[in-house]
Amino acid sequence: MSSLEKINIVWNKVQLARNAKRPTAKVLIKYLINSFVELHGDRLYRDDVSVIGGIGFLGNMPITVIAQEKGDSTNDKIEKNFGMLHPEGYRKALRLMKQAEKFNRPVLSIIDTPGAYPGIGAEERGQGSAIAINLKEMIGLKVPFISVVLGEGGSGGALGIGVSDEIWMFENAIYSILSPEGFASILYKDASLAKEAAAIMKITANDLKEFGIIERIIPEVDGGLHLNNEYSFSILKEELTKKYIELKNLNIELLLKNRFNKFREVGLYEENR
Amino acid sequence: MNKFIDNRKARLERYKNIRGKNNNVAKVSIPDGIFVKCEKCGEPIYHDDLLANDYVCQKCNYHFRLSARQRIAFISDENTFVELFENLQTLNPLDFPDYKEKIDKYQETQEEFDAFICGRCSINSFEVALGVLDSFFMMGSMGSVVGEKITRLIEYSIANRLTLIIFAASGGARMQEGIYSLMQMAKTAAALKYHDLEGLLYISVMTHPTTGGVNASFASLGDINIAESDALIGFAGKRVIEQTIKEKLPEEFQSADFQKEKGFVDMVVNRKDLKNVISTILSIHKGK
Repeated sequence: MSSLEKINIVWNKVQLARNAKRPTAKVLIKYLINSFVELHGDRLYRDDVSVIGGIGFLGNMPITVIAQEKGDSTNDKIEKNFGMLHPEGYRKALRLMKQAEKFNRPVLSIIDTPGAYPGIGAEERGQGSAIAINLKEMIGLKVPFISVVLGEGGSGGALGIGVSDEIWMFENAIYSILSPEGFASILYKDASLAKEAAAIMKITANDLKEFGIIERIIPEVDGGLHLNNEYSFSILKEELTKKYIELKNLNIELLLKNRFNKFREVGLYEENR
Repeated sequence: MNKFIDNRKARLERYKNIRGKNNNVAKVSIPDGIFVKCEKCGEPIYHDDLLANDYVCQKCNYHFRLSARQRIAFISDENTFVELFENLQTLNPLDFPDYKEKIDKYQETQEEFDAFICGRCSINSFEVALGVLDSFFMMGSMGSVVGEKITRLIEYSIANRLTLIIFAASGGARMQEGIYSLMQMAKTAAALKYHDLEGLLYISVMTHPTTGGVNASFASLGDINIAESDALIGFAGKRVIEQTIKEKLPEEFQSADFQKEKGFVDMVVNRKDLKNVISTILSIHKGK
């Protein structure tokens, strides 16, 4: 494959992941979850509507869902802050995870965010602290926990709800340390080179599967999820149902040990003695 | 491949020799001239005076950045530091263009393999596991090596029932290692969860700068969080926020005092007081 071809293939995925018609988390929740009851607020400051939290049934299994919501119409996108969470969004997510643990309910997180919101209020209320605490607490959460990257997995903002037993990605989703634009502006001092940056950042589902960082890829029809979401969502629902049964059958110590080891082992280095 | 490893080994030997000679001496932050200019007030300072004052400007109290080796020399009791896990080097997980060359260059100039130095030492006779990020090595950014060494240090402090102290000085995750860098945030935070469950003390000291993925992982998770004076501490970069909100941010935004006011650090401490403050805290936790 020529490098130009590769650049175009990766950039096509970036555009599909961000496509305005790509279904957002609320569409996926509606498909997956019966009797969904939405729960609001972090009990500390306010309800961050960039993240949807709630409880319901996956098949006949009670489940807690935490989902980053980008919004669909222009007004909705603005209200949802384009899926960029404030600290209270991460604290809301953690509150609902702890609640799930209390009632021994598995957790599903749906990741779709350009990143955690970079703003004054977000800094004043401890964006870094909120994400850090989530990372630490998720590793010890005593219920089966799966994360699915629906569109964009943007950096610490995505990881802040995604330290789970398994991470799955839709075929055209991306998961990266930084947006290709941000990356290009840091490395090349030119945000317009995002397309070139994206190709070397290794952010596609295939890349991450190859690295062993994600466990599964949910296929999409040619042309992307927005052309036929039923096809992908039905596969996801079936696979999730099977996987939760499998995870629920593991004893909790083993589940947590496996989860820890999954993250413990990430890294590529040599050690000369 | 063997030749490659031999080359690395030869270089390691060379660094070790250099290190042995220079262990407690300032290396990098100050050019070799006799006078240096304060980065804040512009006052010319005689280099030896600056060294005698722990790299703090006597006129305006500006805290110069320290290399990891300088920090270790300032904070640990003389000749007590025993380095651990010193031979780790990155393997360029994304095959990122020019990254290897960049690492080579930093290894040459900084005489370190990567941006985190750790080991065991005593601080006013209290035994601790100590780790220090080096902002002179690729902005102290966290990739596979930094994440692995931090995690090993945490595990070492669990195995040896030691208090853990980490000095952060980092711009955040290392972009050139992409998703591998991001996952080091989860890895270090995960290890701290188990440190926590063991009832052990972790003191996080945030020095200039503590931002991005380092701020959003281990650095914010101390039982006690200390900010050193003049440290910039925050998640998002000031420039990114200014571009987002299209406003200029005030000078004190994300300062050490700002973080204390907002409730994210327990205290702001001058460098000259740091060792005593830490050893007082250690004495209160004695036996842990």
